[in-house]
Amino acid sequence: MTTKIIISGSESPLLRRGLGEAISIQHISKSYKEVQAVRDISLEVQKGELFGLIGPDGAGKTTLMRILMTLLIQDKGEATMGGFDVVKDYKKIRNMVGYMPGRFSLYQDLTVEENLNFFATVFKTTVAENYELIRDIYVQIEPFKNRLAGKLSGGMKQKLALSCALIHKPEILILDEPTTGVDAVSRKEFWEMLKKLQQKGITILVSTPYMDEATLCNRVALMQKGKVLDIDTPRNLVDGYTRKLYAIRSNQMHHLIQDLRSYEKTDSAYAFGQYLHVTGKDDEVEATEFENFLMKKDHENLEVFDIQPTIEDVFMELLHEG
Amino acid sequence: MEKVITVRNLVKKFGSFVANDHLNFDVYQGEIFGFLGANGAGKTTAMKILCGLSSPTSGEAKVAGFDIYRETEKVKRNIGYMSQKFSLYEDLTVAENIRFFSGIYGIPPASRKVKQEKLLKDLGLESAKDSLIGSLPLGWKQKLAFSVAIFHDPKIVFLDEPTGGVDPITRRKFWDLIYGAADRGITVFVTTHYMDEAEYCNRVSIMNNGRIEALDTPENLKKQYSAKNMDEVFLKIAR
Repeated sequence: MTTKIIISGSESPLLRRGLGEAISIQHISKSYKEVQAVRDISLEVQKGELFGLIGPDGAGKTTLMRILMTLLIQDKGEATMGGFDVVKDYKKIRNMVGYMPGRFSLYQDLTVEENLNFFATVFKTTVAENYELIRDIYVQIEPFKNRLAGKLSGGMKQKLALSCALIHKPEILILDEPTTGVDAVSRKEFWEMLKKLQQKGITILVSTPYMDEATLCNRVALMQKGKVLDIDTPRNLVDGYTRKLYAIRSNQMHHLIQDLRSYEKTDSAYAFGQYLHVTGKDDEVEATEFENFLMKKDHENLEVFDIQPTIEDVFMELLHEG
Repeated sequence: MEKVITVRNLVKKFGSFVANDHLNFDVYQGEIFGFLGANGAGKTTAMKILCGLSSPTSGEAKVAGFDIYRETEKVKRNIGYMSQKFSLYEDLTVAENIRFFSGIYGIPPASRKVKQEKLLKDLGLESAKDSLIGSLPLGWKQKLAFSVAIFHDPKIVFLDEPTGGVDPITRRKFWDLIYGAADRGITVFVTTHYMDEAEYCNRVSIMNNGRIEALDTPENLKKQYSAKNMDEVFLKIAR
């Protein structure tokens, strides 16, 4: 349990607001016993930005979000949300931020409508007052407003949780892996909802383990084991990938990957959907060399061609370098 | 080729709700069979029936040659199962978990030691033998959970979203294990939300509202739905 120190007496000065940063993180570190969950992370999220923390479990995404949400205190470093310090001004931050944790944490034994009213009341507002903001999302679950939250399907729970996180009209929205374990269709719909919220001026910080979702963000931080590997726009990250990348396929994909890995000129060979993405040693291997080598291995319908990298290629390359 | 799963007119109702609506399909030996569908499409219900954990309302099904109404215990002994939610006991060590599951799956004590050593060597986990599962990285846990699920050489292994939460390289290494098992003749029945993984399957079925809407090779499905990749196929069927 983390306890909060309440600094009373002196009203903390309103920190610089309106400089364009909604979230500022400076050299934040946090450990749990011997595990270093977040290691010296610094990043800034601009007002109105849709910013993604991209990385697998154990990257430190949740810990970082909990620190920003004032639910955990960092060991080192400083962070502000809307100009307010996450330790000193935690009460102010809680009023202006919406949070959707990774685990469904609404009241299962209250109905859809009761949950929404509850959160509105806690924030001293009403559903009617801010209905406009949640309308697009809430209408989809309104037919089930008398159902217990615990009895909703996964997709409906997600929509209710988002509605509750928005009901006090937050300036900043923090979403911890909202699409994990969600099917491809619902994921797509969820991102469409996020885009609409962004257009209403809300700053959004969202985490995801799905690399393909990075392209839907304005900027992303690629994270692994408590560290930020890189921060940039998806476009710049992909443009910054300087290696020569080939897509290769044949009718025997499993043997193809084994053959390529046994080839002395192959640096890496990984499955990417219907193709393998392959790099050669020192990037000096030509497509024809791969082709000639594989022809000798009796691959049918062989295709070898240059391909543009995806964010996932960039991430994997960063892991190799690390 | 030998059929290891046959399903005919399988129906499962919960009250008036039809979770599985006349499913019909076969799965062959050594095949990697992708079982896809939106959340709530009925995948888990069907998988529970095939694993002998739930009885259908009507219809027929055989798994590993055994009837899913009358021979559920034989079904269970001839399959392996792994999911992201449950796989290994966190507060037992690697060796203890292997011993526990060896017992559950009825592997003769005489052959356990040799098999255990081979498994640890293949996975490069010899030094972690006495570590608690809870202390291992997620990627190691997943590899070990998969190996334990096929430790008794089952005919079929069911994988329920096995690769969630790991980095892209670890996720691909896990698929190397899946391919390896299929090469040894073990049928792999897998659910996933990663559409690139659907491409790695020999055949894929896509469920929607309790029915199987499509079942074919990824190649043929892409042609049939004029789609660039499996993601597009999925969106066209499940939306």
